[in-house]
Amino acid sequence: MYKAKIIITYRKSILDPQGKTVENSLHSLGFISISNTRMGKYIEYEINTDDIKKAEEIVKETCVKLLANPVMEDYTYKLEKTE
Amino acid sequence: MSSAKVGIVVFPGSNCDHDVFYVCKNILNLDTKFLWHKQGSIEDRNIIILPGGFSYGDYLRCGAISRFSNIMQDIVRFANKGGIVLGICNGFQILCETGLLPGALIKNINLKFICRNVSLTVENNKSIFTYLYDIKEKIELPIAHGEGNYYCDEETLTELIASNQILFTYTENPNGSIYNIAGIQNKNRNILGMMPHPERASETLLGNDAGVRLFKGMAESVL
Repeated sequence: MYKAKIIITYRKSILDPQGKTVENSLHSLGFISISNTRMGKYIEYEINTDDIKKAEEIVKETCVKLLANPVMEDYTYKLEKTE
Repeated sequence: MSSAKVGIVVFPGSNCDHDVFYVCKNILNLDTKFLWHKQGSIEDRNIIILPGGFSYGDYLRCGAISRFSNIMQDIVRFANKGGIVLGICNGFQILCETGLLPGALIKNINLKFICRNVSLTVENNKSIFTYLYDIKEKIELPIAHGEGNYYCDEETLTELIASNQILFTYTENPNGSIYNIAGIQNKNRNILGMMPHPERASETLLGNDAGVRLFKGMAESVL
């Protein structure tokens, strides 16, 4: 069994208005050392396999087919072995 | 009498389906029918309209889940054969997610849901959707969206411009769309996606009928 933890964000080339707004708020709270704030989505699910290669394939396929839109989003993921 | 047979696809969360139906059926007197998203076929319909709304609650991304509805496979087949498809607002988002139109619609640059009339310029009137408008004509249509900011990469934009795929632009950009894009057609010129709502401006009784020519032109293009 593997647990996949997937993070999806707007691609770097795209202005992220939510991230920008959050950053403006952080600055007005005094956190002026913060920059490049990006907001994204977090998705996790479990995969019923003990084969990490198979698990990776599934994660990538689900990201490309549904979870992320490659026109505007990038994804990163981690796989953790669970019982 | 036009030989147009309009099919309006209804997803869970569609909310402009009845407005589009009213325009096609009551104003233009066209053979019009709702198509539930779960059915596998578009039946005998020769014009498909994906209406506005919030299909599947806009979960994940606007249009991302609807793309996998049963009926979409048949719509892709129909569209690839040259069938006429119009996507309005959420319908435009679905067409982009499906890959029938290039690019994507992201959050408005000011993060607000914008609901008001905007001025549009007709950039190309040599299409089955816009031939009843004058080139560079300014029309007013309502917009109502939170994710209407059209995005594509430079290469795609160059192609859209070169092949005259941009049919409508905003006179004053409300949402951050690249190149002020409000509506585009595909390369084969049989699919239109647009964020403004022509169905909400199709009767003088409502103060504005600038949108009705789009439906009329489309219906009369059916052979």
